[in-house]
Amino acid sequence: MISETLRQYISFDLFPLTSAICVALSCGLIGNHLVLRKQSMMGDAISHAVLPGLVAAFLLSSSRSPTVMFLGAGASALVTVGLIELVKRLGRVEPGAAMGVVFSVMFALGVLMLEQAAADHVDLDADCVLYGQLETLFFFAPSEWNQLFTVDTLRQIPTQVSTLLALTVLVILFKLALHKELRIASFDPGLATTQGIHAGLITVLLMVMTAACAVASFEAVGSILVIAMLICPAAAARLCTDRLSTQIKLSAVFAVTAAILGYLLASFVPEMLSMPSSLNAAGMISVVAGSLVALAAVASPSHGLIAKSRRQRSLQRTVAIEDLIGLLYRATETGQSQTPIAALAGAMHTKDLNQIIQSAARQTLITQTNDSLKLTDQGLAAGAKIIRRHRLWEGYLVDQANIRLDNVHDLAEQLEHLPTNEPKAQSQTDPHGRPVPPA
Amino acid sequence: MNLTLAQSLTQTHDEMPSLREIIDTVTLQSGFNTNAVIVAASLLGIAAGIIGAFALLRKRSLTADALSHATLPGITSAFLIASPLGFNARSLPILLLGATLSGILGVLCIHLILTHTRLREDAAIGIVLSVFFGVGVVLLSVIQSTATSSAAGLNHFIYGQTAAMLTHDAILMGTIALIATVIAILAMKEITIVCFNESFARVTGINSSLIDALILALIVLVTVSGLQAVGLILIVAMLIIPPAAARFWTDRVRMLIILSASIGALSGFAGASMSALLPRKPAGAVIVLSAGVIFILSMLLAPKRGVIAQLIRHSKLKLQIAIDHTLESKYEYPEQHNHTKPWLRFLLRALGFTTSLTASSALTESGLARGRRVRRNHMLWEQYLISCADIAPSHVDWSVDQVEHILDDDLITRLENEIRASGQDILEIQS
Repeated sequence: MISETLRQYISFDLFPLTSAICVALSCGLIGNHLVLRKQSMMGDAISHAVLPGLVAAFLLSSSRSPTVMFLGAGASALVTVGLIELVKRLGRVEPGAAMGVVFSVMFALGVLMLEQAAADHVDLDADCVLYGQLETLFFFAPSEWNQLFTVDTLRQIPTQVSTLLALTVLVILFKLALHKELRIASFDPGLATTQGIHAGLITVLLMVMTAACAVASFEAVGSILVIAMLICPAAAARLCTDRLSTQIKLSAVFAVTAAILGYLLASFVPEMLSMPSSLNAAGMISVVAGSLVALAAVASPSHGLIAKSRRQRSLQRTVAIEDLIGLLYRATETGQSQTPIAALAGAMHTKDLNQIIQSAARQTLITQTNDSLKLTDQGLAAGAKIIRRHRLWEGYLVDQANIRLDNVHDLAEQLEHLPTNEPKAQSQTDPHGRPVPPA
Repeated sequence: MNLTLAQSLTQTHDEMPSLREIIDTVTLQSGFNTNAVIVAASLLGIAAGIIGAFALLRKRSLTADALSHATLPGITSAFLIASPLGFNARSLPILLLGATLSGILGVLCIHLILTHTRLREDAAIGIVLSVFFGVGVVLLSVIQSTATSSAAGLNHFIYGQTAAMLTHDAILMGTIALIATVIAILAMKEITIVCFNESFARVTGINSSLIDALILALIVLVTVSGLQAVGLILIVAMLIIPPAAARFWTDRVRMLIILSASIGALSGFAGASMSALLPRKPAGAVIVLSAGVIFILSMLLAPKRGVIAQLIRHSKLKLQIAIDHTLESKYEYPEQHNHTKPWLRFLLRALGFTTSLTASSALTESGLARGRRVRRNHMLWEQYLISCADIAPSHVDWSVDQVEHILDDDLITRLENEIRASGQDILEIQS
């Protein structure tokens, strides 16, 4: 016996959710290569351009059979890819413009054909191409478990759902079979060619797969989700890693997360707000996918804004501490073991000197007594190292780079912080005649 | 005056229009509303043509696509916010204000993604396009689900419909397009400089990021003004197709802008009047298809960059090469029997290079002269490639008529001397 809630769920939510996940997964996987090849907008072009093929197939066969629609849309998609290439090559039109010309003319043709079809009282509208009708994919689940897995029930599975399941399997097989070829051709078509891989063929195959994604998905979820899923999960993953294999796995996770979360938000938020009907799931899923990109852009541990600014701040602090102990070291050279903080204020280019002093004290580089600072032994060694680098760089700049003596200090002030090897020592003193501390 | 075009259409046109109606519409004599829509569509075409040309030169064509999709959440939020506040939520200015704001927000998002992440422009455009449109679709479903207000009419912004346009809507659209045109013309010099040479622009004191922002702002204006008539999916076509078509005809930026504006105006005019005359012809689609036809014709027929012209040039060159090769081998080995194709034999005879149609035909005076010249060029090139191969442009055609035009005199004398010194036939190289 299947409980009523579960039966409801299976009837109304199972297939839409499955379709959403399938679309997300297959588009998300293919999208990785489009994003890497800077061809993200191909999905946009193809998914708009299927319209005339759809209408033509519908008008010619006067049936709404999914197979016919699939063929029409597929033909349209391939024609679009071919035309874009043709306009780009023969017309020497800039790629973006070529794409724009072809897909907008195709879409306009589709809209016009739709209007003509509407005249013959044909019920077909362009809306389904744009936003899809995930919510309409319900079936009536039986009340007993043993009836659920019969041939009769399976026959009730909407064709869109089985098409999408097939697509997902196809995409995964495609990725597994051609993983190496796709990777090489995406990064370096020239290298691919020298290794006997037909880079052009791989590109064509990728376009065909993109078209297959767009065509198989439009009826269930609409083109807008296809575009979002081709780009957003891959883009979010790209912001989190530098390795393609990790990026592909991450993008799959992001895609599925967006599909589930978006679907749940679309169906349950309106209930909570007691709105009469649910929200558009395809739209919501793309919003969630976009939010994932935003989240990755801000919080990604490797390339996120927070991580970047934290790295920058910590670098700034390191530089400031090095400058501080450098200054204190120079003071010790003139025999001053204690330096008053007031004397540092003018020489340090930092806003919060106190914080830097505290950090340096925590690293036991300096000790503070009253209002003056003193280098510890560890601090002395670190100061000597910095000043040694500074003076060696000055020597290098004067001797090797022919830079005038009065200009070298500021340059060396920056170079001393670089984590590179120090320049070779030319003499015991720097160009100003000051001694280079021993290493 | 308040009669919409849709009503007038259903009343008058159920079949093909008469010649009289066509002439009336095209010469703007068929009622004020129709005229206003046609004039506004033409103005929109001009504005989109000019601004699209800048977008093309700046390689920003697809940014316009993202931007137009990004207007949808603005339209729907304006509708959602305006209704409870007691405004007429259908009033065009309110909806267009919303569209403008979210369009600008979309542009800002693209800019932020480009400056703060490692993602490229195509991904940034795609993300903004799909996510903003997704927000718009969700908000549309919110509007549809709240029983009090119907979303009817908002759909027009997606596909465009001139049929439902009122006269003052058309006037608003025309005015925005006119403003965009005037701004574009006033800033034309600066925009052109930035498009062609950014560093030169900086040197002359032009702020190139400001000009970029201006171009984007103008794209927003055009998009917003065309939303109702053309729809947000197809408006991008009005920005992309006219300049891309104009590009086939000219290499000069002033001419490009004039042509692009004319093509835009023509397609706007043709689309709007056809839509007014014929039943069930949505203006947006017809405008875009008219522009598309002009694009195809330009791509095929343009004198220099056109496909047919390229084809003719290419076959001419191939023919010339075939003639040169035959004459060269006949000149070099007169006694050798060579297998020249019949059509080529005929051509050689017709041009007066050979004395008969047979394969072993002797060369005439002019045939000998041409053969000798080709042989000489060939040898000079060979010598040049051997002795100066480092600087030899690898893709220069072997059959270039006069090597003298490519190599300078000193070099040719040197090459000729080298050939003489190598003991080859001196007579041959004396031209």
